[in-house]
Amino acid sequence: MTTERERSSDPETQDPISEVMQIQMGPSHPATHGTIKFDLELDGETILKCDTEVGYLHRGFEKMCEQGTWTQCIPYTDRLNYASPLINNFIFTEAVERLLDVTVPERCSYIRVILSESSRIADHLTCLGMAAAEMGAITVGFYMNEARELLYNLNQAVTGARLTVSYGRVGGLARDLPDGCADQITAALTKIRSTLDDCEKLLERNRIFIDRMAGIGVITAEDAVSYGLTGPLLRATGVKRDLRKDDPYMLYDRFDFEVPVGTKGDNFDRYSVRFEETRQSIRIIEQAMATLPGGPVSIEDPTIVLPAKQEVYENIEGLMSHFKLVIEGIKVPAGEIYFAGEGANGELGFFIVSDGSGRPYRVRVRPPCFYGMGALAHMIRGYAIADLVTIFGMVNMIGGECDR
Amino acid sequence: MEIAALVAAAVPVSGAIGYESAGLPFVVVAPSSIRDVLRFLRDDPAQAFSALIDVTAVDHSPGDGVIEVVYVLRSPSRRAKIIVKAKVPADDPRLPSVTSLWNAADWAEREVFDMFGVRFDGHPNLKRILMYEPFEGHPLRKSYPYDRRQPLVEERDPIADPWPSRDRY
Repeated sequence: MTTERERSSDPETQDPISEVMQIQMGPSHPATHGTIKFDLELDGETILKCDTEVGYLHRGFEKMCEQGTWTQCIPYTDRLNYASPLINNFIFTEAVERLLDVTVPERCSYIRVILSESSRIADHLTCLGMAAAEMGAITVGFYMNEARELLYNLNQAVTGARLTVSYGRVGGLARDLPDGCADQITAALTKIRSTLDDCEKLLERNRIFIDRMAGIGVITAEDAVSYGLTGPLLRATGVKRDLRKDDPYMLYDRFDFEVPVGTKGDNFDRYSVRFEETRQSIRIIEQAMATLPGGPVSIEDPTIVLPAKQEVYENIEGLMSHFKLVIEGIKVPAGEIYFAGEGANGELGFFIVSDGSGRPYRVRVRPPCFYGMGALAHMIRGYAIADLVTIFGMVNMIGGECDR
Repeated sequence: MEIAALVAAAVPVSGAIGYESAGLPFVVVAPSSIRDVLRFLRDDPAQAFSALIDVTAVDHSPGDGVIEVVYVLRSPSRRAKIIVKAKVPADDPRLPSVTSLWNAADWAEREVFDMFGVRFDGHPNLKRILMYEPFEGHPLRKSYPYDRRQPLVEERDPIADPWPSRDRY
């Protein structure tokens, strides 16, 4: 290595094409969605090796979860995949509920499905819009952001926040849907549907877009499984695997939807799979809204769910159970569970260990895009440096989730 | 407990013990046998746990002085999950690496090494992944206080020391 450097620093013999060039891309680069560094070895424009360096957004999620009560973990889960925070909330609370062995009311599961799917749409719109904008199709980026805005407004109406939602609760939800929510959802879905049609026309007959996506970043199905890829990245290779179908949770088995798959495992298939999934999510939301049952959104168990404020102010039992829940936390029985759901980027799993006290002994999140980033070096080998931007865009790394 | 008996029959040195938690099968095996056990679970047609979903660890050193390394496997064809555990002593945690079986183990094992200090023998590139190289200690150990301060890292001269990661891969 040193001889190579000496040679390149000597102007007499310097030939930039004949030798391997080393370039560091990042940690802060306009085409990377989060802070990340690629150490690249280039032969001309071709990438020979890529070393991905992650961890710049590490906040100690798993360590911090061990410091508080189970409920206090929920705001931390918002900040994992911040493009679809509600999915993280719900999968975490489902995991704890399964350890507690409680079943939430049907209305709660329906609302979880509706909001999970709206988050999935928001996540896919972010991924597709940004990826298109990075290729110069900035119109698509703005169209998709405009549509996503409606879903963030929905988040705001339901949860009070746009990103830091903290809406899930162990045993239910923080509150019921607000009045007029159904109309808001209908209006948002109509707009998103027309946006998707527009963007499809803008992209799928666009020569530049297709040239930069088709046949780029190919990974075979065997390699994808071996690298632990899940979600759209795996389905783009033709493997039909979706936890909503294979391992149903939250009443997903009641809804009719397709699992789109690709054939080649290239960027264009990843794009198409995400695009089609957005349409399927719209279908799920419409079915769930049409059959949304009434009733409570939380179980009635004073050892798990906070009592109504009225109870806390007016009688001693309410006050006591409120106090015990806030100070001591939910007493989750000792045990371990691995529970996973289909996040927007793939299998989002929580491995949880409880020792029977009110605090988690261990919370491990299985972040889908961490494994996607692990496979990036394999997907990028042999392609041009400009393809790194599109491949990275389609892996859809979310720093909060990858680095935790 | 059937699966643990199958594992024990296929890999006798594993001493596999099975139990169930929240409806999921768990198997605890001897650390030295972990690679053989996982290869059996992956390649045996009746098991077909073809996907390594996650590798993580739980620090039980305050209680019984061990770190449990946890492997989550999934069989898409059988729609089944299994969790395999190996208990290694917390003062010298060592395990064979399973990077030769799944590429996913590369980053996953690096993270377990980073967070718990478990050394995976045979890993091609065992170094920190989320933390930076001069970080002291392993933050997810129970003995690591969550509010510990780390010493400041000296600024690196990019000319004299240009490429700290150049020999990776």
